[in-house]
Amino acid sequence: MAKIIVVTSGKGGVGKTTTSAAFGTGLALKGYKTVIVDFDVGLRNLDLIMGCERRVVYDFVNVINGEARLSQALIKDKRVENLSILPASQTRDKDALTQEGVEKILEDLKQDFDYIICDSPAGIERGAFMAMYFADEAIVVTNPEVSSVRDSDRILGLLASKTKRVQEGLSPPKEHLVITRYSPKRVAAGDMISIETVQEILAISLLGVIPESQAVLRASNSGIPVVIDEKSDAGQAYMDTVLRFLGENIPYRFITEEKKGLIKRLFGSKSNTEAVLA
Amino acid sequence: MSLLKLIKQKLRDSKSCNSANLAKERLQIIVAHQRNLQRPGKIDLDDLQMKLVEVISSYLHIDKGLVNVELQRDADRSLLELNVTLPEQI
Ligand SMILES: Nc1ncnc2c1ncn2[C@@H]1O[C@H](COP(=O)(O)OP(=O)(O)O)[C@@H](O)[C@H]1O
Ligand SMILES: [Mg+2]
Repeated sequence: MAKIIVVTSGKGGVGKTTTSAAFGTGLALKGYKTVIVDFDVGLRNLDLIMGCERRVVYDFVNVINGEARLSQALIKDKRVENLSILPASQTRDKDALTQEGVEKILEDLKQDFDYIICDSPAGIERGAFMAMYFADEAIVVTNPEVSSVRDSDRILGLLASKTKRVQEGLSPPKEHLVITRYSPKRVAAGDMISIETVQEILAISLLGVIPESQAVLRASNSGIPVVIDEKSDAGQAYMDTVLRFLGENIPYRFITEEKKGLIKRLFGSKSNTEAVLA
Repeated sequence: MSLLKLIKQKLRDSKSCNSANLAKERLQIIVAHQRNLQRPGKIDLDDLQMKLVEVISSYLHIDKGLVNVELQRDADRSLLELNVTLPEQI
């Protein structure tokens, strides 16, 4: 059975698109037929993160309006097998996504894919609502920071009340917490709230912790999802997240401060502090 | 490490300067408040006000703009305040 997963957060700029691209690519690398759908009408940028911006001909809204077939709008990834992208439209019309139109496209995608990843726009308005409405599961992306956690809590409230599953009397979409831009060093210094605090406040199960990383900007500069950069901390943390999602028991990495001893400093050891979350 | 650096670090480490703790305390309050508002069965004050105006108008001539309903909540109690300004003589 195909699964629809929304990547959402409320607040903008916390890493939803980065996470959608990395998570979706990771699932495809593991052999699952995956499509990543950009719901950010008017501000599409998933295509940029995935490096396929020059191949966009038709988009989501063209398909809804019957101006193109779904197969014409889908972009097959050139690097990763099993992976496709459905770009958002650059139209300014915020009402371009109709509920019936979105439902029809998602139903069609379900025929061909195992996972449908919906990259939500920021906010709690129409676009974000459309991205979450049909979801079976939700990845809530949160930065360890007051406004991001507050907004994530609001999104959790909406997931529990405004989704199709709930309105049909089913259990709400399964919620997973992904904390991004985490800096163990700043947590140790008392300048950043910890994983435990975010978890305690949001009270949903943790799926991944992605460190603040130079590799993310590098990846977006080159239009390659960071999970493909297997040597990078963020790439590894995203792959761990995918594996946990698929049911593997993977210890958390990059969550404690790396104390550089003299030897490490001299020889630049690559090993990272590993730890298992209690 | 210079003395100044050492002092700075000590200051930063002391609990009173730990901004993460402050963030946590603020979040606990903000989120509790937010969930209170989101709770199903939360009171729709506009609707309540409309209905109160309706009921009161059937007994008294009142200016509908001069009815005010407010709900105040704090940690251990809630207060529903109804203010109706009546015309000079009833
Ligand atoms: N783990 C990370 N480390 C460093 N920068 C990050 C990380 N995750 C995201 N960013 C940066 O944050 C910005 C916003 O990310 P993006 O995925 O576009 O957020 P959103 O889709 O939620 O608006 C981008 O500039 C991105 O490069
Ligand atoms: Mg985005």
